[in-house]
Amino acid sequence: MKDISCKLLVIGAGPGGYVCAIRAGQLGVDTVIVDTQRAGGTCLNIGCIPSKALIHAAEEFDRIGRFAYARNVLGIEAEKPKIDLSQTVAWKNDIVGRLNNGVSVLLKRAKVKMVQGQARFRDGKTVEVETETGPQTIRAENVVIATGAAPVELPDLPFGGSVISSTQALALTTVPERLVVIGGGYIGLELGTAYAKLGSSVTIVEAQSRILPQYDSELTRPVSKRLKDLGVDVLTGANARGLSKTGDALIVETESGSEKALQASKVLVTVGRKPVTQGWGMEELVLDMDGPFIRIGEKCQTSMRGIYAIGDVTGEPMLAHRAMAQGEMVAEIVAGHNRVWDKRGIPAICFTDPEIVTIGLAPDEAQRSGTEIKVGHFPFSANGRAMTKLEEEGFVRVVARADNHMVLGIQAVGQGVSELSAAFGLALEMGARLEDIAGTIHAHPTQGEAFQEAALKALGHELHI
Amino acid sequence: MGEHLIKMPDVGEGIAEAELVEWHVKVGDIVREDAVLAAVMTDKATVEIPSPVDGEVVWLGADIGDVVAIGSPLIRLKVAGEGSDIPVSEPREEAEPSLSLERKEAQADQAGKASKVAVEGPARSAPYPSPAEAVPRAAMRARRPAVPRPEGEKPVASPAVRLRAREAGIDLRQVAGTGPAGRITHEDLDDFLARGPEVARASKLIQDTSVEHIKVIGLRRKIAEKMAVAKSRIPHITYVEEIDMTALEDLRAALNANRRSDRPKLTVLPFLMRAMAKAIFEQPHLNAIYDDEAGVVHQYGGVHIGIATQTASGLMVPVVRHVEARDIWGCAAELGRVTEAAKAGLATRDELTGSTITITSLGPMGGVVTTPVINHPEVAIIGVNKMMMRPVWDGATFIPRKMMNLSSSFDHRIIDGWDAAVFIQRIKTFLETPALIFVEA
Repeated sequence: MKDISCKLLVIGAGPGGYVCAIRAGQLGVDTVIVDTQRAGGTCLNIGCIPSKALIHAAEEFDRIGRFAYARNVLGIEAEKPKIDLSQTVAWKNDIVGRLNNGVSVLLKRAKVKMVQGQARFRDGKTVEVETETGPQTIRAENVVIATGAAPVELPDLPFGGSVISSTQALALTTVPERLVVIGGGYIGLELGTAYAKLGSSVTIVEAQSRILPQYDSELTRPVSKRLKDLGVDVLTGANARGLSKTGDALIVETESGSEKALQASKVLVTVGRKPVTQGWGMEELVLDMDGPFIRIGEKCQTSMRGIYAIGDVTGEPMLAHRAMAQGEMVAEIVAGHNRVWDKRGIPAICFTDPEIVTIGLAPDEAQRSGTEIKVGHFPFSANGRAMTKLEEEGFVRVVARADNHMVLGIQAVGQGVSELSAAFGLALEMGARLEDIAGTIHAHPTQGEAFQEAALKALGHELHI
Repeated sequence: MGEHLIKMPDVGEGIAEAELVEWHVKVGDIVREDAVLAAVMTDKATVEIPSPVDGEVVWLGADIGDVVAIGSPLIRLKVAGEGSDIPVSEPREEAEPSLSLERKEAQADQAGKASKVAVEGPARSAPYPSPAEAVPRAAMRARRPAVPRPEGEKPVASPAVRLRAREAGIDLRQVAGTGPAGRITHEDLDDFLARGPEVARASKLIQDTSVEHIKVIGLRRKIAEKMAVAKSRIPHITYVEEIDMTALEDLRAALNANRRSDRPKLTVLPFLMRAMAKAIFEQPHLNAIYDDEAGVVHQYGGVHIGIATQTASGLMVPVVRHVEARDIWGCAAELGRVTEAAKAGLATRDELTGSTITITSLGPMGGVVTTPVINHPEVAIIGVNKMMMRPVWDGATFIPRKMMNLSSSFDHRIIDGWDAAVFIQRIKTFLETPALIFVEA
């Protein structure tokens, strides 16, 4: 097969890689992108998008169920719902398929050449791809490593059989009767909640003392409360030991040190994600590492000239939108523009029930850095729109410097707050002061008003509480 | 409502134009009769122009530093009742159009009546309105001061500003932010780009590439013109001699110790003035004005000594008249009076003109030697240097003496070196034997 030469080669067509390739193509950079699968990476194929589809289906099912079981305040009566999960998964696959095609079209329009197969570095400038039709050699002036991350496997609980990763959890065609989730992070909670709503009996096993340990308890309290309402058992301070001999139960060591067998038709392991640093010939390169991740500088450059790394393979936070921003930046750098990573904040969202949004510093983080702060906190129980949605749980919290009122961080928990992340991100990125948010008219009646009210409260003159 | 026009007054020196040096009012100010509207400068004196009527300022006819012809429109006031009646031509295009209708009506009504033009001599100072209100427009655009960013703190700027800075190769840590919470705005970046990057960022020493454009106006322009004329037209000869001031200093101390309470304390200058008057009596051609265009030297009988005086606004030369007719106390009193008047800005035109020879003295700052510039069109200037105790060889031993140099310049077209030397030697004799100053000729 004839060798390909290009200016930019992107390895991995996830959100970081494909954005990098599209932007480079737009800028006239001769670009090739390689992936073993269809474009979109974890996010589109087995992550963000399919999980949101499943979560939405579960929410709809749960809502109808609530109408069916008892008379409710809205006066709606419904039959007890049923779900054909294989149909749900087919619908989800259709969405994924449409998005796959969409990305492919975008790449094509940007004149990016797509090569399918496993890439492997031969040296810093040469990559060989194992395609269906034989090995393809690609020489590139610049290479972007965007190989992403994969679920961490527990040594005592290898994936297979009833032990599944998030990938399989998004492709189950029947609702498991008893689901044990190992790991109380956002992935485990999102999927555990969805299956609980779909009718599974769910137990969450978390080694630390509480779920979502990276967030403060004020933010996670509404989530814990909802899990309890859904009948999800949360075992904190517990460690999974392995499957029982019969294979139908998970043995855990509880906080008190005793062993306990949890009946499980499926065991979902969501104990974290590890960078994909094997299988693509990293050993042929001389890259500085940062723990398990590839070390990068402010231009996403690695220790080797002409080799960049973006996305999950470069470390936390492992978020698609971070990878996309990195990819866009690297494409512009390769095209000759002067760019560095100068973002002030990366929003993070847990699509739990209710949702959690964070950007910037939480109050305790700000205080730890020695900054004097003002905090404004506005509950949705005082927000008209939240009341009309029967979703009064949660709040918006704004953290600002005490001296000049510049916003340092914003957190929110509540139904639908993920959409508020746009306003939060803009405020932080623009260097807004409390007065800027308080002085912006927020449409009524919306949940967004809670953002303005939280800023007003930090300034000491809240209006609606 | 009528309108009253004030023209540039004839300040009585037969001059054709005067320089506007200060506005005391701005458009929109309400002024009372006799309030000072502006200050204009003629050859030497600054003349204040008072308002002849009560009214509101609606138009200013010149900018600071403009040289305005006598009789040109200077200020328009909106006044109650009928105004002045001069048909007003528009000397400037930017006259406010909103006024035109009203003005035309006023003019039509008042056609044919006598004009009222303010003509004032040197005026008393009127404190209304305060000069601080008359801020030039340029100064009002002064930028808000940037808030200094504490060390190690990240600059605050929107993504668009950051991108522009990045593309322009600017490190935003070097840019001061004037926005809320020290945020760097697009305007801050524009300013920074206009000034150019400061190179020495690691060091505390930062290159200052700013240039301030200062219009040379008023007294400073007069000084500049005079100095240029003096130096370009007069071939200077400078002669330096040292004077033993010991005897004079003893005498001065004795006179000061026993002076009447109503008499001023004597400095060295009254002695020098008297010595000059006596030396001029012997060499009258040094006390003269040389009109080089007419080819005439006007040799004066009266000795009018100009005293170069540093004032807050610059160098001025008030004049002590008829030194030949004043005794030492009279010289001291008049010297004190005119120099104080000049320093206070209250010297009249008379007190600032008519000198026939000049003394320049910087007292303790007088240095060892100076090269004085002749006060054109005079022909001589006497410069007084610093007095200090110096060892002097008396033939057998060194003795401490109070020594002082005189550095003097002469117009070599009129004064020969020999004459200059004789003149200074004569003054030296008077100063070293001060009793001679007091002996009648």
